[in-house]
Amino acid sequence: MNLWKIAWRSMEQRALASWLTAISVSFGVALIVTVLVVHQVVDRSFRRGAQGYDLIIGAKGSALQLVLDTVFYLGQPVDLIPWSYYREFTEGRFVPAVRVAIPICTGHDYKGFRCVATIPDMFERLTYLDNREFTFWKGRNFYLENYFEAVAGYIAARKLKLDIGQEIRPTGYGEGGKSQHEDEPFTIVGILAPTGTPIDRAIFLNLEGFFRCEAHQLGPSYEEQLLRESEFRVVEHTDTSAHPTPCVQENDSVNGAAEPPSAASDHTAEAVPIVAEKEEKRRLSAILVVSDIENNPQLAMALPRVVNEEPFAQAVAPARVIAELFDGVVGNVQKVLLILAVLVVVVAGIGITVSIYNSMSERRHEIAVMRALGASRGTVMAIIIVESILLSLGGGALGVIVGHTLVGILSPTIAEHTGVIVSALDFQLTELILIPGLVALATAVGYLPALTAYRTDVAKALIAAP
Amino acid sequence: MLLVVEEIRKSFPQPDGGRLEILDIPYFALDAGEQVVLVGKSGSGKTTFLHVISGISRPDSGSVRLDGWDITLLSEADCDRFRAKRIGYVFQTFNLLPGFTALENVMLSMYFADGRADRNRARQLLERVGLGHRLGHKPTMLSVGEQQRVALARALANRPQLILADEPTANVDVGNQQIIIDLLRETCREEGAALLLVTHSPEVARQFSRIERLEELNMVGKREVSEKV
Repeated sequence: MNLWKIAWRSMEQRALASWLTAISVSFGVALIVTVLVVHQVVDRSFRRGAQGYDLIIGAKGSALQLVLDTVFYLGQPVDLIPWSYYREFTEGRFVPAVRVAIPICTGHDYKGFRCVATIPDMFERLTYLDNREFTFWKGRNFYLENYFEAVAGYIAARKLKLDIGQEIRPTGYGEGGKSQHEDEPFTIVGILAPTGTPIDRAIFLNLEGFFRCEAHQLGPSYEEQLLRESEFRVVEHTDTSAHPTPCVQENDSVNGAAEPPSAASDHTAEAVPIVAEKEEKRRLSAILVVSDIENNPQLAMALPRVVNEEPFAQAVAPARVIAELFDGVVGNVQKVLLILAVLVVVVAGIGITVSIYNSMSERRHEIAVMRALGASRGTVMAIIIVESILLSLGGGALGVIVGHTLVGILSPTIAEHTGVIVSALDFQLTELILIPGLVALATAVGYLPALTAYRTDVAKALIAAP
Repeated sequence: MLLVVEEIRKSFPQPDGGRLEILDIPYFALDAGEQVVLVGKSGSGKTTFLHVISGISRPDSGSVRLDGWDITLLSEADCDRFRAKRIGYVFQTFNLLPGFTALENVMLSMYFADGRADRNRARQLLERVGLGHRLGHKPTMLSVGEQQRVALARALANRPQLILADEPTANVDVGNQQIIIDLLRETCREEGAALLLVTHSPEVARQFSRIERLEELNMVGKREVSEKV
């Protein structure tokens, strides 16, 4: 026999009221747990979304937009940068500062899932999360020489029911609005294993095939003009029209370049080497850069500054932008949600007060009997507070279970909309704060009824009918 | 003497601001192991007298000494502990706690006295009052006679020196009344506890060698009679 057992028996005695009170607490706690878990996992995954590279090189403009487009495949590209600028990272003046540079073109999609044109090195030389290497759930990476090959992220493949050998035609935004490419379709040759990053929700196309689409046979951009004026290597262009699609390339035939291999008949590039002239007309939405900090720390450190001095390019550290985004926007949303959830718990706590306090009139006789049997005022007061704590912790435990179950239920939806994989078993250390928090709340809300118990007039209550 | 009550007065506040005097008892004493029956009219202050003796109510003045300890001088917390250890209380309405089993009701009394409960002694006491087969039953599952027997076992749990029984058979059916009285007297003898039993029943009162009438002990009653005369 102890205070906990006595309090438990009192709760059993009023099982329905106790359950309802505990359930009201559980709702608040479930809300807190859900907010905490979802926020932590989303935060972690978003912050890790850009792991594997430390710089994004893109056109001048909004750094946030560049990161959203490049890392999360959200929104539209800021603008375009010339392919020749990419060459500066692979064989030009930035080479000493760069370990890996991956070109990407965004702005296309397939049935709502973003298509990203890139090179096979994206999955061979980059890593994700904590230096994890990309693996394929099915099939293989696309080959550089097989222009019209593509690989799909895990969720994209699952949602679109894509399988190896399936052909897709990405949709792009041209001058006439959204239009499907009527060129050679891309064939899915691999499906990536889940990464828990936005990559899961994208489809990756061979950049070379992407450039060869008819819709991309457009002229050079303004940036390219600027580049031409600078000391960078440029080529002459005849067409300076608008650049409605993110990645464009001038018509090879117009420029007299060698014809690309006929993808319909042969997907390999054996017959046609990529010539510099043709390459220089290409444009990219971004370059993912892994700086060579180990070998050339000074150059690597200076790289963002040098790039940012260019008239048309910017270098963005995605981790910093994501941190700012979270701390500035998402963090505040989380705070608001947490405050609301805490308010729900506090209201539920007041419910505990009301529930116990209402029961005090019928329990006054019971308390008087305990007092007559020798229980001190402090003991009966402690019994009420312990009862309040049990209700809070019981409701809290229920809330944790409900919250994590909710997270588990919401997991597919979260994954579908954000690419973030959330597990019902994703427990956060911050949840431990709930225990002292609930005990403190219970003690506070249990104080009023406990005081009533403390002040019970034993003689009067004993004489009153039970 | 085990219990000596001297010059106690007890009154209660009235809505008009005055006080209603209930008790004015110059002297009352009880020997260790003695069994006394206290009779009196309804409203004469019998229950209040028991409350004062047990320390549940404080007298306005006077002293209540149990085994040499004046409980009117003890702090409330000490008085609670003192009552728990030395006085057993049997209520007219049994007052078993409804959420607890018969065994737990007995153990509860031990817990309040010592902070721990001797399950074996609680079981033995319940077996002694014939409820060895009802240990896990809650009060609502017991007959009124059985409930009062649990209350008796609970009163004896801490080996008290004094048992105060406030009309213990008033709510018990006729068939069970004598059983309860016999059990109460026998167990008090076995445990060495004195018994002060309040009753309305002349049949019950007749069984005791010492019968006290509250009207004779209480000066309030005497004054009322003389005023009427």
